[in-house]
Amino acid sequence: MNNKRKIKMSKAVIHLFFCLFSLLYVLPLLLIVSISFSTEESVTGPGAGYHLIPTEFSLEAYDMAIKSPDQMLRAYLITASQAVIGTFGACLFTGMIAYPLSRSSFAFRKPITFIVFFTMLFGGGLIPTYIIYSNVYNLNNNYWVYILPGLCGGAWNTLVIRTFFKGLPEALFESAKIDGAREMRIFIQIALPLSTPVFATIGFLMLVAKWNDWHTSLVYIRDQDLYTLQYMLQKILNEARFLRDLAASGAANQITAVQTMKLPMETMRYAMCVLAAGPMLVIFPLFQKYFASGLTIGAVKG
Amino acid sequence: MNTTREQKTALEKVKKRGTFLKNLELLTLCIPALVGYILFAYVPMFGLVMAFKDYKLARGIWGSKWIGLKNFEFLWRSVDLGRIVRNTVCYSLTFIVVGLVLNVFIALLLNEIRDNRRALKYYQTTMIFPNFLSWVIVGYITYALFNPTLGILTQIRSALGMTPIDVYMDTKYWPGILVTVNMWKGVGMGSMFYFAALIGIDESLYEAARIDGANRLQQIRYISLPSLIPLMTIMSILAMGSVFRGDFGLFYQIPRDVKVLYEVTDIIDTYVFRGLQTNSYGMASAVGFVQSVVGLIMVTGTNAIVKRISPENSMF
Repeated sequence: MNNKRKIKMSKAVIHLFFCLFSLLYVLPLLLIVSISFSTEESVTGPGAGYHLIPTEFSLEAYDMAIKSPDQMLRAYLITASQAVIGTFGACLFTGMIAYPLSRSSFAFRKPITFIVFFTMLFGGGLIPTYIIYSNVYNLNNNYWVYILPGLCGGAWNTLVIRTFFKGLPEALFESAKIDGAREMRIFIQIALPLSTPVFATIGFLMLVAKWNDWHTSLVYIRDQDLYTLQYMLQKILNEARFLRDLAASGAANQITAVQTMKLPMETMRYAMCVLAAGPMLVIFPLFQKYFASGLTIGAVKG
Repeated sequence: MNTTREQKTALEKVKKRGTFLKNLELLTLCIPALVGYILFAYVPMFGLVMAFKDYKLARGIWGSKWIGLKNFEFLWRSVDLGRIVRNTVCYSLTFIVVGLVLNVFIALLLNEIRDNRRALKYYQTTMIFPNFLSWVIVGYITYALFNPTLGILTQIRSALGMTPIDVYMDTKYWPGILVTVNMWKGVGMGSMFYFAALIGIDESLYEAARIDGANRLQQIRYISLPSLIPLMTIMSILAMGSVFRGDFGLFYQIPRDVKVLYEVTDIIDTYVFRGLQTNSYGMASAVGFVQSVVGLIMVTGTNAIVKRISPENSMF
């Protein structure tokens, strides 16, 4: 009896630990949301600051973020379109190459697997890649830089999908072949429909990566109209900090004051932050059920 | 006699044509992705030769002058080299060690309470969501904490009667901040692998231990933990393969690219990026070249070790 009580106690302690630990995750999120719903004055006014609960509730930050420069809307469109097109294309092409690589009878299986896999081990690195993309392919400042390089889907995703195809019952393929189905048909009518879990998982991960992409804009894009949402957010925060430092140093007071006026307000930046992070957090639960079956592929072997 | 032979060769011809067609069909499926890999992964690899050239935009990579190892000599003499290599390697090793301890710790604890499914799901979901936030957003969160005028830290300090501090001006806080933030973002996913391994342990092992009078702690010590050791070994060795690579997002977005902090926040990846930004390709492409080659050696090396220990966990 005593022992049971001890176990109950220790479980309670563990639950307590995780409750506190999960606060480390909930509170920062709450902070961001709270700032975004506060009035500008209650955040930046004298003696104020960021609060976990808005001291003065207001929707004006969202109002501003949505109405103000159409920069925000454009960034949303750019981000969403490149994420959806890029993910769809990459899923298609990755599935197309993963299928032959899963067929042991395919004559070129080994060399092509190597070509795909080697990209995981070695790469040109940032600078050569940048120079080739921008000077040879002319992708600098070009919308297509978001889409084209990612279309092949990447080695890891290819290997995961291939492993999934391999796990499909061989008898299905055999019987289809006896019925005279060509490989193309087997791929489209048998392999693809059975592979929803793996495509849902990989597709979701790709979508998140593309939605969260700021690196491509940072390296390749100079034109403001082509920024992704995340990069625009980063730019805004950096500019605000830069101006604040300038103001603090006392230099060029007049100019700074004028420029600060034009900057999005403190609360609006956090409202944009919520608008940028929100969609992925909302669709995450939809895909969660596929995660177990899609990612328990574990052994990704060549 | 004759006819059957003819029939046989005819049949073989048809069969051969069949496999040829099949291979052709399968090859066709590969082509779009293959073109992608060649154009966007393999062609840039050839661009690595620019590390041995005096790159001039107008002349392009092929037209620029060969200068042998000059870029590497500059790099070798530069004061930055020691700093960026030290930071990259030290942070990578710290992340491996702290991450291992933390991930295993969390997984073991989760395993103890896994009969409470709703609580388990809540804990796991909260820990995983930062995985789906970009480093930009995480940067916003850290800025909300550390902002010297409005931040939470400043408010706490002033409530305690202390003067505000600007962490963005002082290097001493950053190793701690970077490790904490990285662990915060990664522990949800990281512990999942170990938790999955724990779920796979045969329940009868625990039962036998209980009959022998082992308490919960002893069961963890002698069953759970030992059964994680292979996975711990493999994950660590594999992580060693990319010890010369850092997470650009973490080191660029969280310290906000503040110059004062470079001493403890600048890694190879951020250094190379600045080379690109300032059009000083020479040293940056040299260090990028070394990083690519060393990376290849490290990954194949670590993989060879894993293959020795546990062949089913090696990558290739």
